[in-house]
Amino acid sequence: MGNYLIKMPDVGEGIAEVEIVEWSVQVGDTIVEDDLLCVVMTDKATVEIPSPVDGEVTWTGPEAGATMAVGADLVRLQVSGPGNIAAETRDGQTASAADQHPPTSHPNDPAPVPEPAPGVAEVPPPTPQRPAPPHDANPPPAVPRPEGEKPIASPAVRQRAREAGIDLRQVPGSGPARRISHADLDAFIANHTARRGMAAGPIADTSVSETKVIGLRRKIAAIMQDTMQRIPHYTYVEEVDVTELELLRARMNDQRRDDQQKLTMLPFFIRAMVKALRAFPQMGSCYDDENEILRQYGAAHIGIATQTPAGLLVPVIRHAETLDVWQAATEVKRLAEAARAGTIGRDELRGSNITITSLGPLGGIATTPVINSPEVAIVGINKVAKRPLWQNGGFVPRDIMHLSSSFDHRIIDGWEATQFIQCIRSLLECPAMLFVEAA
Amino acid sequence: MDSLSCKVLVVGGGPGGYVAAIRAGQLGLDTVLVEADRLGGTCLNRGCIPSKALIHGASMYQEMLSHSERESLGISLPAAPVLNLGGMVEWKDAVVDKLNRGVAALLKKAGVKVVHGWARFSDGKNCEVECEQGSLHISAEHVVLANGSTVSPLPGIPLGGDVISSSEALNLQAVPDETVIIGAGYIGLELGIALRKMGAKVTFIEGLERILPLFDPEMTQPIENWLKRHEVEVICRARAERVETQGGKPELVYTDEHGKQGRIKADKVLMTVGRRPNTAGWGLENMCIDMQGAAVKVDSQCRTSMKNVWAIGDLVGEPMLAHKASAQAEMVAEIIAGKRREFDPKAIPAVCFTEPEIIGVGLSPAEAANQGIETVVGKFPFAAIGRALAMNSGTDGGFVRVTARADNHLVLGMHAVGTHVAELSNQFALALEMGACLEDIAGTIHVHPTLGEATMEAALAGLGKAIHG
Repeated sequence: MGNYLIKMPDVGEGIAEVEIVEWSVQVGDTIVEDDLLCVVMTDKATVEIPSPVDGEVTWTGPEAGATMAVGADLVRLQVSGPGNIAAETRDGQTASAADQHPPTSHPNDPAPVPEPAPGVAEVPPPTPQRPAPPHDANPPPAVPRPEGEKPIASPAVRQRAREAGIDLRQVPGSGPARRISHADLDAFIANHTARRGMAAGPIADTSVSETKVIGLRRKIAAIMQDTMQRIPHYTYVEEVDVTELELLRARMNDQRRDDQQKLTMLPFFIRAMVKALRAFPQMGSCYDDENEILRQYGAAHIGIATQTPAGLLVPVIRHAETLDVWQAATEVKRLAEAARAGTIGRDELRGSNITITSLGPLGGIATTPVINSPEVAIVGINKVAKRPLWQNGGFVPRDIMHLSSSFDHRIIDGWEATQFIQCIRSLLECPAMLFVEAA
Repeated sequence: MDSLSCKVLVVGGGPGGYVAAIRAGQLGLDTVLVEADRLGGTCLNRGCIPSKALIHGASMYQEMLSHSERESLGISLPAAPVLNLGGMVEWKDAVVDKLNRGVAALLKKAGVKVVHGWARFSDGKNCEVECEQGSLHISAEHVVLANGSTVSPLPGIPLGGDVISSSEALNLQAVPDETVIIGAGYIGLELGIALRKMGAKVTFIEGLERILPLFDPEMTQPIENWLKRHEVEVICRARAERVETQGGKPELVYTDEHGKQGRIKADKVLMTVGRRPNTAGWGLENMCIDMQGAAVKVDSQCRTSMKNVWAIGDLVGEPMLAHKASAQAEMVAEIIAGKRREFDPKAIPAVCFTEPEIIGVGLSPAEAANQGIETVVGKFPFAAIGRALAMNSGTDGGFVRVTARADNHLVLGMHAVGTHVAELSNQFALALEMGACLEDIAGTIHVHPTLGEATMEAALAGLGKAIHG
């Protein structure tokens, strides 16, 4: 039997610190090689950390939400082989770590040079043991009941549930055999104000739930705060008649090959943006405000703001200038699916120089998009709706879409911004121009 | 004709009806109870209570008789005790009278108006009661039907003369020399065992393959052993055909399992083949009430198919037990008073005051298996319980059996057979209602020395770690 120390591995170029998002193991678990230890977050990508060996978990690193340095102690295991560190002492600190830190009562003694433990070049100071969870009166988490199983509860709990109009089948039980306690019922009542069945009137809900903001949400919060503090936004809303474009899109979808992705509005919009960037290359630049340098790119790396179960992500379509609408459609779909599934790579979430944000059919009339710093422009697509338009002495129904765009007003003047959007608008309103190379 | 109207009309003064009326009265509802006979119903007047009194008396007599025959526990009686069954019945009647007056006092205290007479309904809300003073018309907003049950006859064997039901058996003035009992269910066994203790020769004719078919064979074995030791013959899979009179005495003619005819001479033929809901003679046919077999159909709140007509107790079918009726009664009164209630017991305990006593709450291992549930079963014999031995009752083969789910040890059923185990039934029911697991019972300190220790040991046995097993 030996002890094996797993350190936080290097998860990507230039990353010195990661945030623990979720632990998949706990002390006492027996794991095998490649079992997931934990999920960590860098920039905006989440990375799964597997175990390199089999063993039993004897210690885990900081709790979810904490940040830790790459190379810091992550997990200690007891393994059947010799291990890579010396035996653990009873208080959970590794013997080798203790050896390297002589007692503080002899600070002037020359420090003995310890034999480094095999396989570990440098051992950081011992991490304090995680404190025991405070003993509180809350019951352990309630376990959901398999479908069809009858709820188990004492007559008093059943009666209270009946009087509150609660179907006990809906209430998870925390007790042995999933028994429902008074506390479980209290928790259920606190969480479910929507009464069922023999419901009485609405009741005041005084519950407050606290959630620690960690992981992607914390990243998003920090970026949004930073962006809005640093960048003076200039927002401009314009109306675009996409009737012709919708006709074209419908026809292209009708005639598409089986291997071709169905076209949404987005690929056309990407194409319009690529063309507009040729005329207004400063719109696709990034402003390094600390060094006061503006980087203008030849490429159109277009970020697509994407809602995922974990929160907002911005996967990037690289070199959009090389893609036709079909290819763009395929790439948009691939990136969106990977982002939502959580399998997207870190490199696909960085390096954009302009961003499109679309709420799809939810869309609204206008939005005030927040720039994807350090870019200088973001264009938001609002919902397409049939609206009456005055044409040739009468109202005609037209497909109207609003574009809501924000610009870094330090770099982009209002005049330029307007011209850029007008350029996109004219391309979209006369979609043939999207495909005319000389234009 | 006088007339009366009220909020709640309860028909029947048994453990269903009187409990419904008392609770309704306590809740401030204007309540009338109609009862043609004495208050207390079958249970108090010709069922649970009088039979327990006679069973107690019979046991006392048998005990004394055994001490007169042979010294035991260092006690001997110089002469045999003399049994005056008439005197015992008188004492039993005094017990019944006392309880009877108690029920009347409770109804009065709760403000319930009691009408003595036979109610006959003309529709779901109106009835006429023939009282001594004449007819009384009662109309009510809510009607609670608690009409109870009556003895089931057997076709071909009418009651009368020396062919008696349990009601007459509880009022015998002399112990019959020979009694044949048709039906070895709990009523027949309780009375038959009491008669045997009083010295009667007892023979059972049972249609099914064994006694007390509601309990599994493992549970009933100690009772069968007692019957055998006391020379009580039980003829199973037999059909009682008719009773002929031979020399002034009844003679039962039956067909045995091989189709052969047999005859048993007796002084009394006791008919205990079961009970059926009282559905005739009070105007049920004038109400639009759905039936379920012989019983009135009700939902989980004891609502019948008619609005504001409720039915409880034996009238709504099995199990025909007083405690079920009372529980339903309380619930109905509270629902009428506007409370949210439902009849959803996890189990209704059943008890037979046989020798030895037998109790069951919840599922047996076989019943659980039929539902596809994997179980662990813990058993513990009273032969290893100090208190049972100190009461000279450790040799009757009694035990406690706990049946639990194999995966999470949730207790599904608790059964026991043995002297005085009836008193354990409430602990059993409580465990089931509270959703106890084996660990809960095993982890509860049980008093030493008591019979109840067997319950804890059975739970421990289910967990594979009985201390004294």
